Parts: sequence; C-alpha cells; structure tokens
Amino acid sequence: MTRFRVSAVFTLLIGFLLAYFVWSTQADPTSPYRFKLGLDLAGGTELVYKADMSQTADGERSGALSALQGIIERRVNLFGVAEPLVQTEQASALSGTTEDRLIVDLPGVTDINAAIAALGETPTLEFKLITNVTVDTTTQEAYVPTGLTGRFLSKATLGFGSGATAGLIAPEIILNFNSDGAKLFEKITSENVGKQLAIFLDNQPISSPVIQEAIPGGQATITGQFTATEARDLVRNLNFGALPVPIVLQSSSAVGPTLGSAAISAGVVAGIVGFVIVSIFMIAWYRLPGVIAALALAEYLAFMLAVIKVIPVTLTASGIAGLIISVGIAVDANVLIFERTKEELRGGKTPREAVHIGFSRAWPAIRDGHLTMIISGVILFWLGTSIVQGFALVFVLGVLASFISAVALSRVFLLAIVPEEGRGAWHFLLGSGFRQASSYQPPASSI
Amino acid sequence: MYIIQHRKFFFWLTGLILAAAIGAILVFGLPLGIDFTGGSLMQVEYPNGRPALADIQKQTELVPVGAVSVRAFGENAISIRTRTMNPAEHEAMLIAVSGNENTIELAYTSVGPALGSQFTNKALWAIFAVILVIVLYIAFAFRKVSRPVPSWGYGLTVVAMLAIDLIVPAGFYAGYAHYTGAEVDSLFIVALLALLGYCVNDVIVIFDRIREHLNKNEKEGIRESFEDTIGKSISETMTRSINTALTVALALLALIYFGAEATRNFALVMLVGVVAGTFSSITRSAPLLIPLANWFKK
Repeated sequence: MTRFRVSAVFTLLIGFLLAYFVWSTQADPTSPYRFKLGLDLAGGTELVYKADMSQTADGERSGALSALQGIIERRVNLFGVAEPLVQTEQASALSGTTEDRLIVDLPGVTDINAAIAALGETPTLEFKLITNVTVDTTTQEAYVPTGLTGRFLSKATLGFGSGATAGLIAPEIILNFNSDGAKLFEKITSENVGKQLAIFLDNQPISSPVIQEAIPGGQATITGQFTATEARDLVRNLNFGALPVPIVLQSSSAVGPTLGSAAISAGVVAGIVGFVIVSIFMIAWYRLPGVIAALALAEYLAFMLAVIKVIPVTLTASGIAGLIISVGIAVDANVLIFERTKEELRGGKTPREAVHIGFSRAWPAIRDGHLTMIISGVILFWLGTSIVQGFALVFVLGVLASFISAVALSRVFLLAIVPEEGRGAWHFLLGSGFRQASSYQPPASSI
Repeated sequence: MYIIQHRKFFFWLTGLILAAAIGAILVFGLPLGIDFTGGSLMQVEYPNGRPALADIQKQTELVPVGAVSVRAFGENAISIRTRTMNPAEHEAMLIAVSGNENTIELAYTSVGPALGSQFTNKALWAIFAVILVIVLYIAFAFRKVSRPVPSWGYGLTVVAMLAIDLIVPAGFYAGYAHYTGAEVDSLFIVALLALLGYCVNDVIVIFDRIREHLNKNEKEGIRESFEDTIGKSISETMTRSINTALTVALALLALIYFGAEATRNFALVMLVGVVAGTFSSITRSAPLLIPLANWFKK
C-alpha cells in the first residue's frame, strides 16, 4: 500500500511538471518547445514538384535529387520566407516506377502564384551530344545526354564577344564548372572531337557548337541569339541555380491565415469540451474509479502534449483529430479494467483483491486491442501521404501513451487509495451505474 | 443470451442495413475528391456577405476551365472545384469570382491527375495491408484456442465484420455527400482506417472473453455448449462495449459541434462507424462464430 502511495504521489508530481512544461513553453513566445503547427493551421503554401529523372542514370538519381534540393532551398531563401522546409521524397513500390518528388513548404506565404513563379523561374541547363541515329532507313539527329548538367555549374558570367558579322558585339554567357564538372567537360570534349555538343536551356537547344578540341579548365561559352537583356537575366537565373533536372509542379495548396487560426481555436475548444464531457460521464457512471480515470486522462493529455512538443510533431487538423480519438481509446482501457473490477467485486472479492484481479483479467484484451491499433497506425504511417501520416503519428503515440496511462496510472492510483478490507461505502464507490454492487448478483441472463 | 437466441433476426437486420448501405453507394455513388481524381479546389470568403451562388457560378464561366462546381462553404464563403488549374487560370478564377466584391482566398489546393491516382492506389493498399495484418495477428493471439473454431476462424470472422463495418459508414457518406455536396477526401480514408482499428479492438474484447471462458472450461472440465459460452461472453462485455462507444461518440460529437470545418465530415463518418461497429460487434461478431463452429463439426 505504502509502495503504491509513494508511486502515486510521484506520478502525480510528474504529471504536474509535464503540465507546467506544456503551459510555460507555450506562454513564452521565444521557447523552442512551442507547438509546431502545420501549414493547414498556421497558414502557408505547399508545393509538390515531380523531378523528371527520365534522362538521368539510376545511379545518379539521388545525387541529382539532393542537388535539386539544395538549389531550390537557395531560391526559397531568396524569396524571403521564415523557416521554409524543402524535402525530397522517393515514392515507389506501389506505383511500379519510382518517382522523385520535391516538397516545398512555405509557412506564412499565401500568395501561391507568386511563390510558384519565384520557384519556377529557375532554368534547367543540360549538355547533350548530337549523334546520328538510323531508324529503319531514315537517319535522324538525336540528342544524347552527357550527364553534364547545371548541377556542376559553379558560376555564370556575362561577356561580349565579337559576333559573326564584323563590328557587331554579341552577348555571350560564360559558364564555369566546378572541379567535377570541369573533369566531366574535359572528358566529353576529348572523346567527341568533331561532334556537335548542344546546350539546352529549359529544354530548348540554344546553341550546338562543334567540338574542336578537348577543353580543359572547365569553362564553356554559350553564344546564342539573345539580346543583352535576355543574356543578363539568364546569367542571373543560372547563378541562382540551374536545375540538374527539370521539375514539374504536381500539386499545390495554400491556406490563408484566417482559416488556419479558426481551425486552431476550434480544435482547442473541441478538445476541452470533449475531455470535460468524457470526464463527467466517467465520474457519473464509475464514481471513484471514474474520478481516477479523469485524473489519469488529464495526466495522459499532459504527457501527450509534452511528447508532441519535444519530438516535435507538427500538428495538423488531422493530427488534432487523431489526438481526440486517442483520448477515446485511452478511456476504453480504463472502462475495461473498471468493468472487470466490478465483476470481481460482485463475485464477493474484497475491494483490493478485485482491483488486482480486474487489472490482470483486462490485460489480454487491452494488449491485443492496443497492439492491433498500433499495427494499423504504423501501416498508415508507412503508406500514407502527409495528411494521413499526420493522423497516424499522433494516433500511434496516443495508443502507446494509453497503454502506459491505463497500466501505470489508473492502477497505481486505485491501489494507492483502495483499502484491504472495506465494506459499504467502498462498495458504492467502486460500483457503477444505477445498481448497487454491494451484494452478489448472478450474471444477467438476458438484457 | 438474447442476442444468441435471436441471432437470425440480427443477421437479417444486418443484411437489411448492409443492403441499404450498398444501395446508397450504388445509387448515389461516392464522389471522389481532388485527392483521388486530381483537380483544383479553392475556398473564397466574401467578408461583406456572399452573393447568390448562381451569380458566382456565372462569373466562373468567364474562365475557360471546363465544368466548375460552386458550393457554399461555411457562412460567407464558397468552395470552387475545377480540373487542375495552372497558376494563370487560378489567378483569373480568383478575379472572376471576386467581381466587385471584396474577397479573401481562404485556401487553395491543386492536385495533378497523376498524384491523384497514386493516392487511390496507396489508400487501397493501406486498407488491404491493415486487414491482412489484423487477421494474422488475431490468428496468432488466439493460437491456443482451437476448439470448436480454429484460431484463423476468428481472424476470418473479424475480416467479414470489418468489411461490413466499412461499408455501412461508406454508404452513409454516399447519402450524406449526395445531399450536402461533400466529397471523399483523404480524411475520409483516414476515418475508415481509424475505424478499422477501433472495430477490431471492439471485437477482440469479446473474443478475448470467449477465449478466457474456453480455457477455463477446459481446465476445470466444465461442459458448456459453444452457444452458451458465446452468449455469456457477449452479456459480460456488453456494458463495456456500450460505454466505450459512448465515450468515443461524446468526443466525436464535440469534434463535430466545436471542431474545425476541415475535420467535421471526418468526425461524422467516424461517429456513424463507431455506432454501427459497436452494434455489429455485439450482435454479429461472436454469433457469426456459431455457424462457423457447426460447419467445422461436420
């Protein structure tokens, strides 16, 4: 008994500390442990791009993807967003072909078209060899990718060379490669002397000079049919980052700040109301154990919120829904235990014995039920898209916490106050519903 | 005992509800949202009051994007669904529906058609995978119970149940969507998957009681008909089943009345599923084991 009392006081203390942590970190606007809100709650824009890897060798895909990520990150930073998030995702397995995606989250940005325009201006730069391919009887020119792309570019500068016609000055773009790019460029030029090397900007061939000799040093010059202004813009965009592979906008979404803040306050109100109604129901029906369940539930919530803050889990509307449902699941574990305890009490056991047996009898059902829910949650997380994952993560955490809450909290609290021998009042307090549980009743033969 | 004695009645009742649900799905259909089909969805608020929907509809026709559906969204806002729009079309649409009014774009979502079909695939796989794993887990958890129904029989019964547990809320949603213009979005799939977890838990509690009684009877040499064991198990777990459903339903009602617009349909589907699921696990899960047991006796 003393052992359980000490544990009960100890767990209560932890509960208070957790609640204080949740409250104080939220009150302090500079705390690193404030709730991280998803775009649907905080407002913002999410853009999902598909990286077109059809021209990229399998071994280079992940390299190209991370290069792409770095460049888009630079572009996003130029756009001036606080805490942007650029993620890559490789979707596969289910659709048969792998697909590389780039997910760009821009919190606070609500002008979706401006965001798309700012990111979309980034040009792609590719070098392709022109070879003659004979299909059936006709010979066609074909472009063969060389693997040299904008990814290897270190800098682009504007220059003016003398044009074909004497006296005219033609703008030209001077490309400087990084060391890997320089080696690749030298290799390509040395192996293909006499062939044409086409330079593609945004999938358009700009110029296709003939390779005269191997070019060491990593510098190439593009002379095309552009005006000085066009050339200047191209240089600027290339310096912001030429993309190693083309990207296509697949989906986009933006949530304005009003809808988001309405969703937050609605979620908080729903959570509080839900908690209060469930507590009232539990106390009215289960009396003393109901009070303990409400207490355990409050501690369960403090624990969940603290975990969400510390990990941190980004809260979305679906995540809040997951949290509220997990509260229902946590109650179920308590209901199972209390019903079992009550049965044992009816069977003539002393209150303390009844609590002990009630817990051990309820255990297999709690274990199997929680495990199947955790398994479904994990599968959801594994297969899901971001909105499904937001739900699944909170749901799995909630079910895990419910395990702990039922077994550790409710049990310890009950055993800390239920006496060894108790009659009358204790039977009433541990009873439930509108019937007296003080005397043995045969199990209901019908309802 | 009541339920066991009248199990024929409950089977028929279930059949009737199931027929109604399937009928609703067939007649009304489940309107797939842009998460599945691809397309654009925008919510626009008119702070000074919403013009007539027909007028807004007319305005949208200025932008050549094919069929446009305009619906009310909350008090002062509308929800517009089109095929996937490009940024220029999106901007044009916003200007078109604004007209002379002040507007605020609350939210805009655009999903490419390719991404949409991938999501459908993923959702189907997720449901299939969850069901498969649940059967395997139950077959494992009940491995020591083999008479009169082998442990995988419990798994199969659960699957039969789950199929029905998903069809009933889906049928409800088909009817609901028909009258309110709601669509099947990814949260609907989340709701179905969460229901899978909830209903399995519900059935497991009853099966756990059967497992306990069968083990006890065997140990103590008590002879009892399988029907009596099941009837006893259902009666004993009934209060728990109803109370749990009640608490979850209370939490969901709070979510429906006070929660965000975005999760309202989700909570509604969950609520119907929880009520239907509890009813079906009480009246059908265990009673279904009886014909199965008779079949194995032969």
